[in-house]
Amino acid sequence: MRPVLYVLSFLALIALGFWAYRENYATQAALKEVEGLQRQIVGLREALTVQRAEWAYLNRPDRLRELATANFDRLGLMPMEPSQFGTAAQVAYPAAKLPEISFTTDIQGTIGSGAEGL
Amino acid sequence: MRTPLRPLARILQARQEGLNPDSIEKENLKQRHEVLREKARGRAQFRLLILCASFVFAFGAIGARMGLMAATEPVEPKSSAPGAEILAQRADITDRNGRVLATNITTHAVYAHPKVMVDPKGTAQKLAEIFPELDAKALERRFTDGRSFVWIRKVLSPEQMQKVHEIGDPGLLFGPREMRLYPNGTLAAHVLGGTSFGAEGVHSAEVIGVAGIEKAMDVRLRDPAQGGKPLTLSIDLTLQSTIEEVLAAGMGMLKAKGAAAILMDARTGEILAMASLPTFDPNDRPAPIVDKNAEPGDSPLFNRAVQGVYELGSTFKIFAVAQAMELGLVNPDTMVDANAPMIWGKHRINEFEGHNYGPLLSVTDVIAKSSNVGTAHIALMIGPLRQQAFLKSLGFFDPTPVELVEAPGAKPLLPKKWPEIVTITTSYGHGMSASPLHLAAAYAAIANGGVMIKPTLVKRDGPTTGVRVMSEKTALDSVKMLRRVVLEGTATLGDVPGYEVAGKTGTAEKPKKTGGYYKDKDVNTFASIFPASNPQYVLIVTLDEPKDDTLSEVRSTAGWTAVPVAAEIIRRVAPLMGLRPKLEPVAPDAVTAASN
Repeated sequence: MRPVLYVLSFLALIALGFWAYRENYATQAALKEVEGLQRQIVGLREALTVQRAEWAYLNRPDRLRELATANFDRLGLMPMEPSQFGTAAQVAYPAAKLPEISFTTDIQGTIGSGAEGL
Repeated sequence: MRTPLRPLARILQARQEGLNPDSIEKENLKQRHEVLREKARGRAQFRLLILCASFVFAFGAIGARMGLMAATEPVEPKSSAPGAEILAQRADITDRNGRVLATNITTHAVYAHPKVMVDPKGTAQKLAEIFPELDAKALERRFTDGRSFVWIRKVLSPEQMQKVHEIGDPGLLFGPREMRLYPNGTLAAHVLGGTSFGAEGVHSAEVIGVAGIEKAMDVRLRDPAQGGKPLTLSIDLTLQSTIEEVLAAGMGMLKAKGAAAILMDARTGEILAMASLPTFDPNDRPAPIVDKNAEPGDSPLFNRAVQGVYELGSTFKIFAVAQAMELGLVNPDTMVDANAPMIWGKHRINEFEGHNYGPLLSVTDVIAKSSNVGTAHIALMIGPLRQQAFLKSLGFFDPTPVELVEAPGAKPLLPKKWPEIVTITTSYGHGMSASPLHLAAAYAAIANGGVMIKPTLVKRDGPTTGVRVMSEKTALDSVKMLRRVVLEGTATLGDVPGYEVAGKTGTAEKPKKTGGYYKDKDVNTFASIFPASNPQYVLIVTLDEPKDDTLSEVRSTAGWTAVPVAAEIIRRVAPLMGLRPKLEPVAPDAVTAASN
């Protein structure tokens, strides 16, 4: 009985060793991947700040003003003025709805036949 | 082998000799116990040894681990989630709506290791071609004089970096750099200030604030605990841009040397826009002027709104009148002596252009007509001590508490002694100097129903409390008087239909360095509050040496210079703040009045 136990535990030891070896390499691979992803995230974040800066640069008031002036004939943009405020009374009411036309029309009366008068 | 306790042979022998056989048994028992004890001790010793060994092993393991941890280089944990927090070393600055005013971008610095350089001469020449400001000869000398490290340029654009790469010399190296970027260019330049590099290394460089809010809030902006959270200012980018545009146009038209404007929310003390012209680009901050004879105002770096300490002239009159009303000395309809010129000791107090508004003038008209003599008489009723205390409560004796590094340095200039003649001159804004920001804060107290709130450049969340400096009624009456100035007084050009502008003009001659005043150099100020029926905003406009020569005669009073500029600013800015123009409440006519 004993030798069998010895053999079995030895085999178990080998199996565990193999498992540990594989786990070790899997962990290292995962860490390497995480590192790569982190580098990618940092790069993307950096790109994001650059794009945010670019957005702010392209939307700077001076440039927008120049663009509005250059494209005045198409856009007609003017600086906001007090006269542009309206009152609620200036807003037109929506036009009253016309009654719907149904396809079934009621017609009352008698249908005379052409032969009657003859 | 076990020894019997009573061995028969010895017992028999003892009996024969007449001895007690029990003693033999006792002796044997004792021997046997001794053996047993020896055995037990041995076992206990062995156990102690094992225990001891395991303790030594356990503590040894802990100690070894501690030693290992202490000795190894610190490394970032690889598996934890990445922190966005420490990406940028300096937090962004945004306006009150989150639009970016200052941010960071990553660029590169280029440096050289001349010892590993293949072709120093050719490299120096190619570098000088890429960067026109570098001198090829000087660069070559530095590459060949035996030093092992040379900084070439602190910041590169990607195109320049590519060109340097293309030189292909192994002695040229790049280091990453974080660079501060102000995407709006000159906009709000004086508020933002600027940055430069502090301690520099190959792999990184410190970015430190050198002026404005960048320096005043440097610790907050660089605090890693804030996690890169942007600093939100009270400035509104749209308002700031509009004000700078109108102010620049006004300054050009009136040929002024400089101009400043402050727009402030009277309820919260937030500064919505602060402009000072001429301005500069914080991305490329000009060097300060070193010429000794130059006035500080000659440099574009000078912030007129905060550092420009001027005599603010007649804009001060409302403080004397408000205080007199607060003390119950006068009411808006009280008639005061306004007979010009007024003689006080050896001094003669005149009105503008030798007018005489007297002999008697109501307090409201003293403000509307801007009567020096009338104000002087009111100030004399108050007296120097009470006047000083009131001006102090309005913040005119201390630097403004705003978050700019320039602010603490801009102390108001006060007369050393305060005799009655100083009381008189101070009441109409001469003899003591303060900045436009001081004036804005004091007018905000009037607009805010008499409660003085600290001005700030950082956005405030929630309501703010302040110190009451005058009663609500006094503040209300003062605003009504200021409204009269615009309706029928010295600032009629300042009326913007629908926005009920109230305000006071101030024209002060510039003091000469040698003493006395320039006759033809004025600082014109218009301090305004709008809308008068429900005061919300305060606008101060200051022009330095303006001249209106559009008409036949040259006019340089505030009513013809600062007031129209301020009116245009209000006309443009008020709709942007969502302020709806409204019809002024009409005074009840006789019929409605009688029916009540």
